Order: sequence, then C-alpha cells, then structure tokens
Amino acid sequence: MGEGQKMSTSHLLKRADFIFKSDNDWEDVLKKNLNRTANELINELISSELKGRGGAGFPTGLKWKISSEIKADEKFVICNADEGEPGTFKDREILSRVPFKVLTAIAVCAYVIGAKKGFIYLRGEYFFLKDNLQSAIDEFERYCRKIGFDFSISIFMGSGAYICGEETALFESMEGKRGEPRNKPPFPSSSGYMNKPTVINNVETLAHTYTIFKYGSKRFYDLGVQFSRGTKLFSVSGDTPKPGIYELELGMSLVDFVEEFGDDDTKAVQVGGASGFLVPRKRFPETTIGFQGRLVGISLPTGGSMMLFNSSRSMYNVLDNYLNFFAEESCGQCTPCRVGCQQLLKGIKAVKRGEKNAAYLDKLLKLAETMTYTAKCGLGQSVANSFSSIVENFREEMIY
Amino acid sequence: MEKRIKITINGETKEVSPGTSILDAANQSGVIIPTLCYHKDLCVAGNCRVCVIEIAGQKRLAAACATPCEDGMEVLTNTLKVRNARKHIIELLLSEHNADCTSCYRNGNCELQKLASDYKIMTQDFLDLVPFRNYTIDNFSPSIIKDDSKCIRCQRCVRTCAELQSVNALTMSYKGEHAQITTFFEKSMNDVVCTNCGQCVNHCPTGALTERNYIEDVWSALADKEKFVIVQTAPAVRVGLGEELGFDPGERVTGKMVSALKRLGFHAVMDTDFTADLTIMEEGSELLRRLKEVIVEKRGDVKLPMATSCSPGWIKFIEHLYPDFLNHLSSCKSPQQMFGALVKTYYAKAKKIDPSKIVSVSIMPCTAKKFEAARPEMRDSGFRDVDYVLTTRELAIMIKQAGIDFLRLPDMHFDRLMGESTGAGVIFGATGGVMEAALRTAYELVTGREVPFKNLNITPVRGMEGLKEASIKIDNPLKEWSFLEGVQLKCAVAHGLANAKIVMDTIKKGDADYHFVEFMACPGGCLGGGGQPIPTNPEIRKRRALAIYAEDVGMPLRKSHQNPEIIKIYKDFLGKPLGEKSHKLLHTTYIKRSSF
Repeated sequence: MGEGQKMSTSHLLKRADFIFKSDNDWEDVLKKNLNRTANELINELISSELKGRGGAGFPTGLKWKISSEIKADEKFVICNADEGEPGTFKDREILSRVPFKVLTAIAVCAYVIGAKKGFIYLRGEYFFLKDNLQSAIDEFERYCRKIGFDFSISIFMGSGAYICGEETALFESMEGKRGEPRNKPPFPSSSGYMNKPTVINNVETLAHTYTIFKYGSKRFYDLGVQFSRGTKLFSVSGDTPKPGIYELELGMSLVDFVEEFGDDDTKAVQVGGASGFLVPRKRFPETTIGFQGRLVGISLPTGGSMMLFNSSRSMYNVLDNYLNFFAEESCGQCTPCRVGCQQLLKGIKAVKRGEKNAAYLDKLLKLAETMTYTAKCGLGQSVANSFSSIVENFREEMIY
Repeated sequence: MEKRIKITINGETKEVSPGTSILDAANQSGVIIPTLCYHKDLCVAGNCRVCVIEIAGQKRLAAACATPCEDGMEVLTNTLKVRNARKHIIELLLSEHNADCTSCYRNGNCELQKLASDYKIMTQDFLDLVPFRNYTIDNFSPSIIKDDSKCIRCQRCVRTCAELQSVNALTMSYKGEHAQITTFFEKSMNDVVCTNCGQCVNHCPTGALTERNYIEDVWSALADKEKFVIVQTAPAVRVGLGEELGFDPGERVTGKMVSALKRLGFHAVMDTDFTADLTIMEEGSELLRRLKEVIVEKRGDVKLPMATSCSPGWIKFIEHLYPDFLNHLSSCKSPQQMFGALVKTYYAKAKKIDPSKIVSVSIMPCTAKKFEAARPEMRDSGFRDVDYVLTTRELAIMIKQAGIDFLRLPDMHFDRLMGESTGAGVIFGATGGVMEAALRTAYELVTGREVPFKNLNITPVRGMEGLKEASIKIDNPLKEWSFLEGVQLKCAVAHGLANAKIVMDTIKKGDADYHFVEFMACPGGCLGGGGQPIPTNPEIRKRRALAIYAEDVGMPLRKSHQNPEIIKIYKDFLGKPLGEKSHKLLHTTYIKRSSF
C-alpha cells in the first residue's frame, strides 16, 4: 500500500505525485494563503474545477462559495474521514502520512467561509490513527496561535455505521443523535452541523485543495480531461498482483487500467465500491474513469475504490456480499432502502435456490430502479448501481 | 406584502408562500397525495416515501411532505413513474408487515390497509419478510400492547413520544434489516418510563401499537346475572364518540351515548362529571388549605404550586421524571377513581346493593386510566374500585357489535345518584377546564362572589396554546379568608407532557411563582386523549373543544358547588371536603419511580 510512487511507470496511465509528496512546507502554504482574500481563494478553487473526491463530485469551489456568502454567527468546517466504502482505503493513508496538508486545507477553508471551528469525523475503525492525528492537530493549533489565526480542530470518533459517511447523517451523529440522513433541502452549505452553515469535504478533496493552493489552479486543471480535472487516488484491490493506493490522472480508460493492474484474467472491475458499478470485460473499451459529462461512452465516477475480479470469482457471491452489506448498513429509516435491500438480497437467494423463477430477477431490477428514484439518501439511491450492473451482465451466474 | 412563489401542480398554476411544502400546496389545490409517516402533530420525517412525486427536470422523485416549493417548480403527482414507485413502496411495506388483517385490532381503520386498497395491491410478489424475524408481542402493560410484526418503522410513535410528550420511552434501535422500535433495553412497555398516555397508539398508522382492550371482559360481566354492572363516562367521551359512529368531529352525542349504554345492558349509567365536580370541592379546598399553610402558618414542608392530579399519564410522568416533586401534587384521586371508590361504598349503601356484586366500568378517552385503575392504591372501597376501563374506541366497537343504530338513537339522561353534574365538570375534558372549574368555585368560596369573568368563561385558560397563564386578584374576601386579601392568585395550564416538562423544569429551578398548575398528559387535554377516535389532529381537537364549551354553556348549573348531588353526598355521607371519609376514599398517595 502506498507504494504507488515507486512502481514502474506506464505510458498509458498518467501517474502523479502530489498528495503523498512529503514537502514540509505547510506552514508557508498556510501563511501565504491566509494572506489572500477569500474571493481569490474561491476563484482559485473554481478555476481548478476540483470536484468532491468522496464520490458525489460536487464542485468544491462552489461549495465553499455558498457557505462563505451566508451570514451566520457560527460556521463549521468538517473533514469527512468516515471512510467506509468497501474497497476504499486512501483517506487512512492521507491522514497517517500527510496530516498537515489536510489540516492546512481545513484551516484555509475556515478562513474562506469564516469558521472558527473545524472537525475531523474519524471512522470508528480508524481509532488507531487518533493519537498521531491529535498530536498533529496540537502542533498545528500551536502554529495557528503563533501566527494569530483563531482556529481549532477537534476529532470526532465515529462508531462504526457506514451511513454516517453520508454528510447529514454525520451531522446527526455529531449532534449526539442516531445517525440518520436528513431531508434535503436544506443543504449543509446553509444548514449543516448544529443547523449552521457547514462545509463538509472528504479527506482527499481537502488534500487536493492543498495542491491547488500550493501550485495554483492551472497546474491541477491541466491534468485529467474535460469535466474531470486533476488527479485522484485509487484504492486498487481484488485480483491484482499489485494492490495499493495510486495517484492517477482522471479520465483514464478502463482498458489501460486493467492492462496495468489486472492479472491477465480480469473478468470485471467494480468501480466505486459496493455502491458503484460493475463493468464486465466487454465494456472496458468504452469506459473511462471520471465524472459524468463525457459525450461519448460511459464515464464512471468513483470515490477511489477499484476492485478487480478474475474468472475464478462467482459474481453471485460478489453481489450477495454487497447486498448483505447494504441490508446491514442501511440506516433503516426509509422504506425503499430498508426493505428494498432485504428484498434484493433474499430475492437473489430465492432465485439461486430455485424458489423463484428467473423472471423474478426482472421484478427485482424494477425494484432497484424504484430504490434509485425514491430512497431518501445516496445510500439507498446507489444500491441499484451494483445490483443492476451485476444482474444485467451476469444474469446466468445469478440463476445457475 | 409577503412574497409569493408560483408553482404548477399537474399543469395548474398556483401561488404559495415560500416554505410551503409540496404536500400542503397540493392539498390546498385539491390534489390528494397519499402519506403514511406524515402527521400534522409531528415534525416531518420523510421516511416512508409514499408521498413521492415527480418534479420536472429531476430524475429522482421527491417526497412531497419534505420538499419545499420553489419558484417555477413543475410538480406532477400522477405520472406512471410516480404510480409505479408508490406501488412498489406500498408492496415493500406490506412485505415487512404482518398483513393478517382479519385478525388485527385496527382492521378497517389502518392507513396501510387503506393504501393497499386504494392502490389495489392484489398480489404480493415480494417475499414475506415477517417469518425472518422472531417477533414477540409485548402485552405486559395494562394499557398498551406493542406488536412489532405490524410495525412499518414510520417512527410516528417515536416522534410522538419525544416531541409531544418528552418521554422518549420509544426509540428507533438497530439499523438496516434489524431496525426496530424499541424501549430501553427492550424491556416491556410496563417496565419502562412509559406513561401509558396512549398518544403513540393514537398516532400509529397500523396495529403495531394498540390499547389493551377489555371488551370481552365487559360483555361477560354484562351477561352475568349475579352482577350489577354500572358504567361511568368521562366528559371528553361525549364529544369524541360520534366520530366513530358516523358523526362529524365536534358533534355532542351525550344523550345518544347514554341510550346506547342502556341498550348494551348496563344497570346504571352514570357520569364521571359528577366526581369531576367532587374533585373541585376536594381539590379547591386542598388548594385553599395549602395557601393558608404557606401564607399564614409559614410551613416549609407544604409546597406551592399545587399541581392537579386528574391525569394518570401526567401522574406517572412526574413519578418517573420528577420523583422529588411529588409533594406538589394534589392528593386528590382522579374523578374516575373517586367515582370507583364511591360506587362500591356510598352508591352500594344507598341502593342497597352488595358491593361485591358490583362491576364498575368506566368509559375514558384515555389508555392511562387502565393503568390507574389497576394501581394497588386504588382499592379503598375494599374492592378494586374500578374493574374495567374502556376507551372511547372500545365503546364504539361494543355499540357496533350490539347492532345499535347509533345515528337514530333517542337522547336519554344519566341515571340519578352520581349522574348529576354541572358545566364545571364537563370542561374537565378540555385543557384548562380543571383550572377554570376550580377558579369558579374557589373564588366564590373565598369572596362570596362569582368569578369576575363574563358569563363565567375564564377565557385566558382556554385554547390550544401549550402553556397558558392566568392570574386573579382576590379583593375583599370573606372573613375566614382575610389572609388572602390582595393576593394575586397565579395559575398555569400545561397540556402535552412536553409542556408539562417545561413547567416542571421552571419549578425545579425555583423560578415558578404559580400557586396552582393544571397538568394534562395529552395535547388538548382529555379530548385529545390517547383513547379517543383515530385520527386525532389539531383541527379535530379544536372541534371537540368547541363542543365541550358548548356543552358547558348549555348546562343549567355551571359551578361544582351548586351540584345538588354534591351537596347531598357531603350531607349524607362524606361530611365535609378533606374530612375523614374523604381522606379515606377520595385521596391517594404517589410512588417514586425510576427515570428510564
């Protein structure tokens, strides 16, 4: 893990080395950027076209802009480190290897929107990171005091629920309530933690803003492709000879990716974790990795998880595993997600056992579509991604 | 002028105020959108997703209850996409619901059943999820039965218990497929902080939370030739019962209710309003005694404000959550329990009936009364004072079972002896009513004059505001009460336990300067009780309240101390308020309980 920089370079995949580059200059970057105006910083971000790296891809500059324009007695910046998507393990590495980049980015964001308090919502299972992270925060806060910047950061430990990575469920959890997503609107930018304007960004997104504030937006913008600018960390796992974390430019073709990371027997790639899409081999050529908006072919976004499966894998087992995960990790609040996940899971089992005929899969596909349209939050809305892409492409494996 | 925004719903343009939900906007335009987790009493949850609608330009459907209108928004409520999604959601709900409708207590008045019927869910393709769970029914409480197999996780009960009642006995536990409404450590409702108020029952859309019903027990008693079965009816029942039997909300059916009870075979049909009047005599006297003890005798052990004690949900609430403040409570039993104690003593003696042969039934708008009647303190007659408590809903069921055409019943009067009452007794059914009745009597006892409000209507304590305050200055009292000269008698009224909590917290902090506070567990008072017809909502409560006050105005006597049967019972039996016999039969004690 984390050895991406040392691997041999492929001319097909464009490697980059920003995030883990250990340049010890965060104090300078912080000081330099706190001397710029909030507008300058926002425009810098907007022109970089950085989009959220948690998976949803909301333009980061716009997010900061909205919160900065709202008048409130109190605002917050939250770093979402509740990294729970199966197959994703990049935020853990960022926080353990380059915590000061993230802390600096949180502070710059706080300066831009006018917040005095930041939080890192740390995944419960990452408890082992806490002490080191806290030491980094202590040092960081000392420096802030030294330069007269009034700002503090606290760590809030999650308790192990996947749903709390959803931003509004995360707020509820921080407020001491049950982690359940809220209705939107209102959105966090205007009413987030404690119903105050809140910018909540993924760890990696913040790390990229550090890159942008250090090197300027052009350096970032020039990487990647249209609609999908810059680089992205990928957590590569599954049937691959070189699992690990790699910083790559967005817009790569899946063929190139598999060429580099596959084991010559790759049958399918799950892009974006359990809530993402399964791409079968026949669709590799037309698929690129990036945000939607491409005019030709399919562009798939990802929070960074890339799982490779070779021909020894049963896609039924893969799907069964994902659905078990969702049936367990749905918060249980809204009908389509709570009951839908159970029906999908028990449904494919019933088909496999021959208790329901194959046509039942079509009924389940329709149900999955309804879940996408009607679920209250991103979790329930995205279950159908993996379900439909697996059932549609590997139908025979579901039945026999 | 207020800014208005324009939206179109199914092609028709409409102007609404900013912040209006799509659901409200649709309802204002006569477009009905089905709902399930939505309830007018509660905050919007947006979790059942039955109310999904399509917004032009958006791929995903939106929950109408939780989505505010935006200028220029085009809303479509009846597209194929919407219909199919709704149908799916109803099917999903049915698949996790024990849909054994014919054996369900809510059969015929179930919101999920209605949706299934409206959308003609004729086949159930999805797997039945109920057998995958090991559901058990919690039937240990004398008031409330909880059957999780009927639960659809809409969390109306959870919101009710938290928002309306501040009790939090029910909460959502676990996640995903294991999500469930539970109590503290999944103990029985009987062993937790539950006040038995029944608001959860009244707000449950299905049969997951129901009252423990005693219908068959009462039928058996009525059929027993050895027994003399008497019934008392609470003030709020007469303004709610009609809703179950074909009348609009707000219709007074007192006379028909008496007729129906006689036809059901009760040997005597009496009125809890009588003991409401009696409560005023005892509680009013207790208040005056406390004032004297505090003002003249300077007794530190006597506490003000004095709190009313008619509402058993409120009693259990204070016992659990403010156990160190029980000495604020009036020692008076509730009207139901005063009635029970007197039926098997005073009434039995007067009518020469063996009290062991009397079965005492009460019809109450309340589920907590079932618990109250079962309290060990409530056996002062030497027997269990009240044998069975039925809710308004259970009475309606009995009337239907008996084949009584309620709409065409003649009006009849309550039987004499403990059947006579005044308007003061009737208004016990509405929030502020006990306070108003007490002031009508206490003021007159102290000054010899009528309370200084037009037509005896003490309007400051009326209405649906959660907390109400009033004060009356006592001028020129009778000699016996001269120590009250110039005293501003300060009163407060709280209904809904969330409001009770607010008042109790100020008392706890020592910030309350009230002399007398009326507490009712349920929003709107008894007329909004947990045993009243379903649905109960803000509009219906208002109409029931109007009916209560209309009943009051229509009574020839409107002050408790004028009730001739009250005068008679003190003369023949009790002696005087707070006397020895009163003390034995009409007053009680309270228990400290745990806070979870």
